[in-house]
Amino acid sequence: MKAFIRGIGNISPQPTFEKEVFPEGIREYHTAKLQSVEPDYKNFIKSAQLRRMGRLLKMGVTSAGMCLQDAGIEKPDSIITATGLGMQGETEKFLNSLLDNGEEMLNPTAFMQSTHNTVGAHIAVMLGCKNYNVTYVHGPVSFEHALLDSLMWLAEKPSDKVLLGGIEEITELYFDMTDSLGFWKKGEISNLELLEDKRPGTIAGEGAAFFLLTTEENHGNYACIRGLTTRFNPGNQDIALSMVQEFLESKNISVKDIDLLLLGMNGDPASDAVYQPVLDNYSILCTAWFKHLCGEHYLASSFALWLAAKILKNGNIPAAVMLNDRPKSGRVNNILIYNHYRNIYHALILLSSC
Amino acid sequence: MANRVFVTGIGIICAIGNNAGETLASLQTNRSGIQPLTILDTIYRGELPAGEIKLTNEQLAEMAGITDLEMHTRTALLGMIAAGEALKDAGIDPKDSHFRTGISSASTVGGMDRTEINYRNYHQGAPYSNFILTHGCNDHTEKIAVSYGFRDMVTTMSTACSSSANSIMFGTRLIRHGIIDRVLAGGTDALSKFTLNGFNTLMILDKKPCRPFDKNRMGLNLGEGAAFLVLESEKALRDRTPLCELSGFANANDAYHQTASSPDGSGPFLSMSRALESCGLKPCDIDYVNAHGTGTDNNDFTEGIAIERVFGKKIPYVSSTKPFTGHTLGAAGAVEAVISVLSITNSILFPNLNFREKIDELSFEPLKEMVTGIRLKHVLSNSFGFGGNDSTLILSSC
Repeated sequence: MKAFIRGIGNISPQPTFEKEVFPEGIREYHTAKLQSVEPDYKNFIKSAQLRRMGRLLKMGVTSAGMCLQDAGIEKPDSIITATGLGMQGETEKFLNSLLDNGEEMLNPTAFMQSTHNTVGAHIAVMLGCKNYNVTYVHGPVSFEHALLDSLMWLAEKPSDKVLLGGIEEITELYFDMTDSLGFWKKGEISNLELLEDKRPGTIAGEGAAFFLLTTEENHGNYACIRGLTTRFNPGNQDIALSMVQEFLESKNISVKDIDLLLLGMNGDPASDAVYQPVLDNYSILCTAWFKHLCGEHYLASSFALWLAAKILKNGNIPAAVMLNDRPKSGRVNNILIYNHYRNIYHALILLSSC
Repeated sequence: MANRVFVTGIGIICAIGNNAGETLASLQTNRSGIQPLTILDTIYRGELPAGEIKLTNEQLAEMAGITDLEMHTRTALLGMIAAGEALKDAGIDPKDSHFRTGISSASTVGGMDRTEINYRNYHQGAPYSNFILTHGCNDHTEKIAVSYGFRDMVTTMSTACSSSANSIMFGTRLIRHGIIDRVLAGGTDALSKFTLNGFNTLMILDKKPCRPFDKNRMGLNLGEGAAFLVLESEKALRDRTPLCELSGFANANDAYHQTASSPDGSGPFLSMSRALESCGLKPCDIDYVNAHGTGTDNNDFTEGIAIERVFGKKIPYVSSTKPFTGHTLGAAGAVEAVISVLSITNSILFPNLNFREKIDELSFEPLKEMVTGIRLKHVLSNSFGFGGNDSTLILSSC
């Protein structure tokens, strides 16, 4: 099972919808809550519609539109989306009005847009896509399972074009609620100094990243996705190293052929320590990270896939993502993305240049 | 694809039974679960009936063998009960290392039942704030996975009211692709004020027991429940006899409107016809359609039109079992798949309760009386949802 990335769209706390990767350098935030740099939605959505749409719906639909434009494709065949929290903003809106008004005099709009499949469904309506359309909602591995389904789907229907998307929003309230549980670093924090900050917690983020996947070789393709694996590890065992080793073995690729290891480090010392056995064992590898750019969220690995695809297409690694001082000489051909969430979920994605 | 997928176990808890045996007994005696609400704390208790499971969370916790109720939503408790029954029925242990075993579950609002109670009190710290950790659609799946030792694939889908038809479909495809050998597939949803009020604002809740496919239908009744199927590859089956085969499926999108279905039923037509195509069956091979049949004006009309487009003049038996269970939202696809398995294994068709008069524009009436002693070769089950997400499963006797 493999697929090529033909087009990408990405809305995140960095201006990732620009053609160049970080043209003005990395955007610095002095808060533990990173929200998306939003593009001008009017270029993608009619203003009459815009007024009725929640923020995540706007982000998702626009990112999908950017992705299709980038791929030069008007209409995909299948639409496979992933989200952890789903339409958090609309859910809060309906819940607040329900509680404020004692279950009376409620407006249905927020409820209608509260289901997790809202973005995928909206894209289907806008483009008239009557085919396979599903949404994965399994927290931090939602995106990997949507990607797995995409690869399975393309193995079943090789002539299809799959629109794969990961969408997530951080609302004020959800940030506050999770902050009360100690998820985020308190007080002054810069995303550019995240790894130096040894206090517990990380920074929150959000984003909408879409990918047009196809089995067709084309000089315009960004990268080839060669496979993925996820593991549920509720007992917090040390599985990092064995999981990476088994996965590389199953993909018939030797460690020395990995040109870049892209890790989900997030500045939380306990969380980052989980990667240490892999870092120690593969210290010869060039390693990079990405959560200082997009923040920690359930769909963060969709941002990582965007970054990896850009690196493979451009051939070089932006200095701002490097973790160690082993810059790769020569072209980057193979990237392994490794992300874990609280040591409970682990996920690996392998990509190669085309 | 060559790999066949078999149903080897079922588990269900819903308004008409706490397990498959009780559910079957209610279906056989026309005992509906649509009653006044007594458990859900809402101002609509006297007004809107529903398919509510008449057990408190404490009683459900006891059934599920759970002591720390604080970290368990009603959605998760229902899921754990149905999951346990299905695994026991199939006689499999997910920890058995000879086979890779996954769980593919589904829900529409996940832990909303606890969230809506504690939502305003999160700043008071635990236990008030703990609901944040159990709010997600994936929480119940994790609880089941931890209880029974699932590791190889643990996932959750959410496509509104077709959610668990899609999780069953995904589970089946995971086996066909050889990614896992066995899967517990289904879904769960508890009643919540959130969904009750949501559907109420859309003005599609009937204040009386719902009447799917009736000319004077007034809307749906919500329900709650959980249901799971154990699906296994031929290899994992060894010499055990399966209940039936999960032979066909399809998912299509109506691409018409966020919450209404198209007048020509194009999404339902595509999902039914592609499901038939997926297993090489002709419309005349289908003996029975377990309809989505919610009782809303919009759904029953468009589903009816789509059934006519697929089956032409030879329309098989059709019934909606939602007048028994209520519309269990994310669990509905699995609840109705389990009922379809019960139909096949017991050679019974369950009637479409409360039906009186045919819809003018449709040529067919749903099944009014129970049919027994009928050999069912192929049964088709529909689940449709907000966002135009339409899914169809086909179950076949072995």
